[in-house]
Amino acid sequence: MKKVFALLLALAMMLSLAACSSGTTTDTSSTTSTDTPSTDTSTPDATEAPAADAGEDAATEATGAVYYLNFKPEQDEAWQNLAAAYTEETGVPVTVVTAASNTYEQTLMSEIAKSTPPTLFQVNGPVGLANWKDYCYDLTGSAVLGELTSDSFTLKDGDATLAISYLIESYGIITNKTLLAEAGYTIEDIQSFEDLKAVAEDITARSDELGFAAFTSAGMDASSDWRFKTHLANLPIYFEYQDRGITSTDAIQGTYLDNYKAIFDLYINNSTCEPAMLSSKTGDDSRNEFLAGEAVFYQNGSWEYTNLVGEGKFTDDDLAMIPIYIGVGDEANQGLCTGTENYWCVNNSAAEEDIQATLDFLYWCVTSETGTKAMAEDMAFVIPFKNAQESPNLFVKQDAEYTAAGKTPVSWNFTTMPSENWKNELGNALTAYAAGTGDWDGVVSAFVDGWATEYAAANG
Amino acid sequence: MEKSIKKYWPVFVIPTFTAFIIGFAWPFLQGLYLSFCQFITIDRANFNGIANYIYALTEEQFGYSFWFTSLFAIVSTLCINIAGLAIALALTRGIRGTNLFRSVFFMPNLIGGIVLGYIWNILLNCALTLLGKPLLSLHAPYGFIGLVILMCWQQIGYMMIIYIAGLQAIPNDYLEAARIDGATEWQTLWKVKLPNLMPSITICLFLSLTNGFKLFDQNLALTGGDPAHATEMLALNIYQTFYGRSGPQWKGYGQAKAVIFCILVIVISLLQLRSTRSKEVQQ
Repeated sequence: MKKVFALLLALAMMLSLAACSSGTTTDTSSTTSTDTPSTDTSTPDATEAPAADAGEDAATEATGAVYYLNFKPEQDEAWQNLAAAYTEETGVPVTVVTAASNTYEQTLMSEIAKSTPPTLFQVNGPVGLANWKDYCYDLTGSAVLGELTSDSFTLKDGDATLAISYLIESYGIITNKTLLAEAGYTIEDIQSFEDLKAVAEDITARSDELGFAAFTSAGMDASSDWRFKTHLANLPIYFEYQDRGITSTDAIQGTYLDNYKAIFDLYINNSTCEPAMLSSKTGDDSRNEFLAGEAVFYQNGSWEYTNLVGEGKFTDDDLAMIPIYIGVGDEANQGLCTGTENYWCVNNSAAEEDIQATLDFLYWCVTSETGTKAMAEDMAFVIPFKNAQESPNLFVKQDAEYTAAGKTPVSWNFTTMPSENWKNELGNALTAYAAGTGDWDGVVSAFVDGWATEYAAANG
Repeated sequence: MEKSIKKYWPVFVIPTFTAFIIGFAWPFLQGLYLSFCQFITIDRANFNGIANYIYALTEEQFGYSFWFTSLFAIVSTLCINIAGLAIALALTRGIRGTNLFRSVFFMPNLIGGIVLGYIWNILLNCALTLLGKPLLSLHAPYGFIGLVILMCWQQIGYMMIIYIAGLQAIPNDYLEAARIDGATEWQTLWKVKLPNLMPSITICLFLSLTNGFKLFDQNLALTGGDPAHATEMLALNIYQTFYGRSGPQWKGYGQAKAVIFCILVIVISLLQLRSTRSKEVQQ
């Protein structure tokens, strides 16, 4: 009896474990993995021709449904509204689900195994695509692909076009011009890393008198650390790629890591808080400090526009975005960091009518008046499609101005970072360095050695 | 009576049994199969033999997590049970307000682990800031101590309730006989109360040891494994392997680790059950 009891207890304990390690599924045929690829090759032929004509639309309306797993929490509401507008216009049900910040991959993983998987999902670039390419529908010949302004906004695997970028973003140092003027400077005074350093250090020296700091907290909490381990780290990678004339590498050399250190030091030593406290600072903390006028500079991107401008917040006249200078290259002609890490993929394991409904929905989003307007105004996106409308987003306009003035945008090379884990290890090293529990050698090792190890692990 | 049980047993057994098969037996078997595969979603799994197990058993971080978890499980089990028993003894002496104290001590157990983790994260970080020490996520020993404090705070009340029930079940005759024979308080505790409490001790040790080994949400919320995986316990390590990495091989590794983890917890708890059960006495 005791043995039975003991066994029961042990089983009860296993229950909770097994429940977390394998998600529930309604699909009982888990072993039939071999027959799915065959449908991959047959489906593209069936929908070779762009199916935008009214006749086919009517046929698909009755059956298809769209399920979009959205990556951007900032735009959740706008997507919900757009989805409702589409349903009203065509009768096709559109579900938009937004994964919580930082949980996209795991949400996608569990959602896509369900019996009604997302028909439309996102990857963040070539490295993200490598993980999901078996699930991507070949978009070659689809109507939405034909609307792209350039072929460079696609991700391919061989001849198949698997993902298309749907927005272009820029990031840099968002500057509160009003506070900068109070400190006695204008944005024209900042044309290089040396200038930025001089201004920031002067503000720090006078911070008691001025009542604000130079930079918002460089929070290393998971909601904020991507600004430094990914976006800021793009700059040394970009300049190294430029020097070596490459677009990706299996081993980074870290030529410009000293400059990376210089800019990171500038951020953490001229900030609203002590470097040791950074590990607990969140993205919201940083934004709130900026909104409250506690700091002049805030490194972030054009997606922050809707959070910064509006009722009780800033107006366009208060703000500007300046390039992140790190003291490398031709600083006089350096623009904002502009690129994309948002790619749409259509799920090839969805039902055929749902795939068609999804393609129709995408086509509508990027061509119709309602769709393009919502994307430009409500979401403040710049979309690389022919019918795009002008976005009121100040930072996006600035990017265009910089480019028009002959400055070269810094491209987004962080999509070639070998893995999420590489970024996390770099983030850990940066946090420890900022707090003084680690040294810069740890950062260098995470950057250079970590790259080689992770690249090898990911590409075997 | 007997007849109707014979007649109607399926009505009582089948619903639970079906739930057991659907909710436990089938996912467990599927999980076992997946640990020999590479996969991204479970409906497209490719068999690849024992490679996942070889990786899992040779990964340095997994080994580190094992020792870290073991240390944590032992320390937290000791702290929780000693404190829980001490409070239970204090609250069975008929002091005024006993019921109020019991409720108050039990309450932390009603709050979920994630919430507790974040609350204690803020509390401890504030305290550390005031003391001018590195924050929880920067210094592994503080992270460890923080986890122990958190678990104690949450679990002591629960174990206390079990011990109180055990203490109240001891027949008064035993205690009275001990008193008449001139036993001191200390002797009564060691010779009468504790032997009679062994069933409660067994269950409490079992619960706190397995809780310590399987700890996940508190670990995730309090330290998140920082700094650099130094406070990453087994369950969190499995989670990070499975979700923190992309690529089919990592899902397989994570699944294999989960199976190893499961076997480990079963073995440890069976050993513990056997050793404490043998000390139980019959009343």
